[in-house]
Amino acid sequence: MLGYLIRRLFYAVLAVWAVSIISFFIINLPPGDYVTSYIAQLAIQGNIIGAEEAESLREYYGLDQPSYVQYLKWMNQIRQGNLGFSFEFGLPVNDVIGERLVLTMILAAATIVFIWIVAIPIGILSAVRQYSIWDHTFTFFGFVGLAVPDFMLALIMMYFSFVLFDFSVGGLFSPEYVTASWSLGRGFDLAQHMIIPIIILGTAGTASLIRITRANLLDELRKPYVATARAKGLSEWRLILKYPVRMALNPAISMTAYILPFLVSGSIVVSVVLGLPTVGPILLKALVAQDMFLAGGIILLIGWMTVVGTFLSDLLLVWADPRVKFEGR
Amino acid sequence: MESNPVEQELAPEIEDIVEERISVASQRQLIWWRFRKHRVAVVATALIVIFYTIVIFADFLATNVPADSEAFRGLMPPQQVHIFDGWKPSPHVCAVTGARNPITYQKDYVTDCTEKIQVRLFARGYDYKLFGVIPTDRHLIGLSDDTLRPEDYIYILGTDKQGRDMYSRLLFGTRISLTIGLFGVALSLVLGIVLGAVSGFYGGLIDNLIQRLVEIVRSIPSIPLYMGMAAAFPHDWSILKIYFAITIIISLFAWTDLGRVVRGRFLTMRDEDFVTAAMLSGASQRRIIFRHMLPSFYSHIIAAATLALPLMIIAETTLSFLGLGLRPPAISWGTLLQDAQNVQTIALTPWLMIPAIPVILVILALNFMGDGLRDAADPYSN
Amino acid sequence: MQSPEPETVVTDEDTGTRPLLSVEDLQTYFFTDEGTIKAVDGASFDVYSGRTLGIVGESGCGKSITAKSILQIIDNPGRIVGGQVKLSSNGDASKNLLEMEPNGEEIRSIRGGEISMIFQEPMTSFSPIHTFGNQIIEAIRLHSPLDKEEAHGLAVDWLRRVGIPSPEQRMSEYPYQFSGGQRQRAMIAMALCTEPRILIADEPTTALDVTTQAQILDILQTLQKQNDMSIIFITHDLGVIAEVADVVAVMYLGKVVEIGPVESIFSSPKHPYTKALLSSMPTIDAAPRERMPSITGAIPHPQNRPSGCSFHPRCPSYMSDICGLREPDLVSIGTDQQASCFLYGRN
Repeated sequence: MLGYLIRRLFYAVLAVWAVSIISFFIINLPPGDYVTSYIAQLAIQGNIIGAEEAESLREYYGLDQPSYVQYLKWMNQIRQGNLGFSFEFGLPVNDVIGERLVLTMILAAATIVFIWIVAIPIGILSAVRQYSIWDHTFTFFGFVGLAVPDFMLALIMMYFSFVLFDFSVGGLFSPEYVTASWSLGRGFDLAQHMIIPIIILGTAGTASLIRITRANLLDELRKPYVATARAKGLSEWRLILKYPVRMALNPAISMTAYILPFLVSGSIVVSVVLGLPTVGPILLKALVAQDMFLAGGIILLIGWMTVVGTFLSDLLLVWADPRVKFEGR
Repeated sequence: MESNPVEQELAPEIEDIVEERISVASQRQLIWWRFRKHRVAVVATALIVIFYTIVIFADFLATNVPADSEAFRGLMPPQQVHIFDGWKPSPHVCAVTGARNPITYQKDYVTDCTEKIQVRLFARGYDYKLFGVIPTDRHLIGLSDDTLRPEDYIYILGTDKQGRDMYSRLLFGTRISLTIGLFGVALSLVLGIVLGAVSGFYGGLIDNLIQRLVEIVRSIPSIPLYMGMAAAFPHDWSILKIYFAITIIISLFAWTDLGRVVRGRFLTMRDEDFVTAAMLSGASQRRIIFRHMLPSFYSHIIAAATLALPLMIIAETTLSFLGLGLRPPAISWGTLLQDAQNVQTIALTPWLMIPAIPVILVILALNFMGDGLRDAADPYSN
Repeated sequence: MQSPEPETVVTDEDTGTRPLLSVEDLQTYFFTDEGTIKAVDGASFDVYSGRTLGIVGESGCGKSITAKSILQIIDNPGRIVGGQVKLSSNGDASKNLLEMEPNGEEIRSIRGGEISMIFQEPMTSFSPIHTFGNQIIEAIRLHSPLDKEEAHGLAVDWLRRVGIPSPEQRMSEYPYQFSGGQRQRAMIAMALCTEPRILIADEPTTALDVTTQAQILDILQTLQKQNDMSIIFITHDLGVIAEVADVVAVMYLGKVVEIGPVESIFSSPKHPYTKALLSSMPTIDAAPRERMPSITGAIPHPQNRPSGCSFHPRCPSYMSDICGLREPDLVSIGTDQQASCFLYGRN
């Protein structure tokens, strides 16, 4: 088990590093360096910066040095918890992202919980009652759920809630709570506003988790140990829940690690459409304005978040499947 | 067991004939037979064929030049094509007159069926080159030439804000969105097959390295990365350049699924007798990989590619929708849907949402088709 | 349902006259998209107290399905469509197991209680993610009022009886930590810890090497004597059958084609199929370099079952006027041997 954990941890660290490299690469993608963009931005606002000041800024960011030095400088800043400065917002990146990152995480976590609660029972039902009407219905919806891109689902939900209920979906808080500090009421308000985004975000994941659970459970139901348990005289549902379902949960857990990146991707797009105060709309804005420290910071943080989430679900797998503990001993 | 004279004496019942047919059928026939049984997949395949026919004949099917705008007909609702005039067959669309609403300043359109605009099949329209070579001006449907007046118009699916024909734009958007997917899949196939084959064939350290790479690529959310890279395209790039750049970016991340399929196949196949036989007879590794191993799971690769295609299409559509992929004047499903980004537009001008229908249809059909192919790819599994 | 009694008293008279378990004309079909497969199509045999019935046949002849049908644990899309499985209870009435609700309480108290079953694959027949202890204790507690501790003690006891060293410690281990032979021993312990009257052993030694195989057979026979238990022993291995069985039933394509005492079956087989099976067994007195005889032809696909006697296309004594047209019934030959073949009468 220790070997497994160390390996997973090593990969996670590797992934963290890879994310930082990619983020740095993206920051440096636009033509011209950060200071040039910054000066151009200030010029639009009517502030002209002297050549001397520009030079000192360049030096501060190490722009006159080779890119690996710039990377190390950036990393060193991040180590101190400083993501740089966003000229688009005129604020430190930390302040811009702040609560939005927390909301992004809450949204992703809540969606995963939603996916589990909905998909696992449906998957079990579909497998145990294979080829029943329920099975066919869920299989069909599963296909549709997988086929419809998140942003389109958001558009469709928006359209129907507007046309049918005259209710406009958007945001994560009612107006009175937007800037309020955290309280029970605010949390409740958030939960209410999250329902539709969670359904939109969770549909594809739910669909694929249903399919995975169903397929795995169908496989497991044919295994000899099920016959053994049946021959013991266990009742059917107790048997199914104790043995094959337990086995089929393992792929479902690994699956969580796999869908997390998709969820985060999806939340960015859905947030843009629904105007949710997550990092999504900010990322889009930053990219369009080529405010690269902000964009790079967001990409870095959500990349890291995902890596950590993946690692956590790896840990969950150790707990769920004793065989993993002995793997590669 | 020895060969068996008794069995041959059996009355040639139909089932035996079936069995014999199976025993001499080629792999391809077996796959086709199994695939045919999967009704939904067959229907889905037909749909895909139709869509790619649209891709080829987009010009022929279009009624208007997709880029032409008529500012005074912005956001006009769809015109229905009537085939009969009373009892007399006389295909036409009704005239639509618009007037600015003095209160909302929106343009309100009223359909006026007393004024009919005649349409016909194989009508003359704008000049184009069929298949890019044959110059012609015939279109599947269009305004009737003999009764044509300069002020006549046909907008089967309405117009967008700039008064451009949604129907023709949708056809051209289909062309771009479906081909970008194909190029993307082709590119990821190359990456996936090469890396997957190397990984699965050699195993060991190389396999380990490539698998870690796959794992890391998969553990990073792709959309933000696409966005980050796409945003960096210089604004002065041509549509074609952006088109290829986007394809490359998407493929860079999308090859991992295909790579996994290929690797898994190679791992199981490495120990098969025919591979050992090829090795013993001194075939080079390249020959073994490309002549012996790859052909034995073409069908799996095709299935995996079919399932990868919708992901490509979603990625392109999403990026363009966000304004980071293809940019106007390029037309794709994503750029078309950009106009439908907020509630007001979709509530007041729902026809701008029409491009969502082909997106969903194509993705659904590709998924069904890929599933059917995957099930059929193993003709001996049952 | 009465609680299962550890020691079922069976009088000598019972042993002689009334079978403990009687399977009559069992039919189990599989309904697939490609058509109906008659996996078991009219199998009949009796099991007597304290004796071992061997069921032998090539793979695919329906012997495992027959075993599973007795307990009604057929997987989809299989269904038992006809026949009776009568289990005599302590009183004089016998119960037809097939009349019980497929997953009802009644049949479940018999499964693992009065009739236990062990399987071919000791690796996959245990859940890989539950400890042995967990799985054995579960079996005990399903059929007795013992609490966890007591059940634990009993389980350890049984693991010791089947010869698993340091059983206390192994209770908390997982199946992949056991060797194949040990897993099969544990399987036997799990099946017998409820002291069943009948044990159905479905190819219990097939997956094991020869030495382990002999040990497992030994354990089974010892425990059978200790508990006065009947065994239905299913195998394709004639050597094993000769060693363990008292009565042998030969199955071909879902039917019992011959049944009789083990000595008669081996010394004077009646059905051509039995003869063919026996002659394809390697013998010491075969001439050197002689080719081993094999049965001509292959087992027909269960969906294209030949008409009439299903063995006729492969039969060396095929009679064209009847074998392909009518199905033979089991007829008695001598005192206790029966075969279904027109060679012995055309009833």
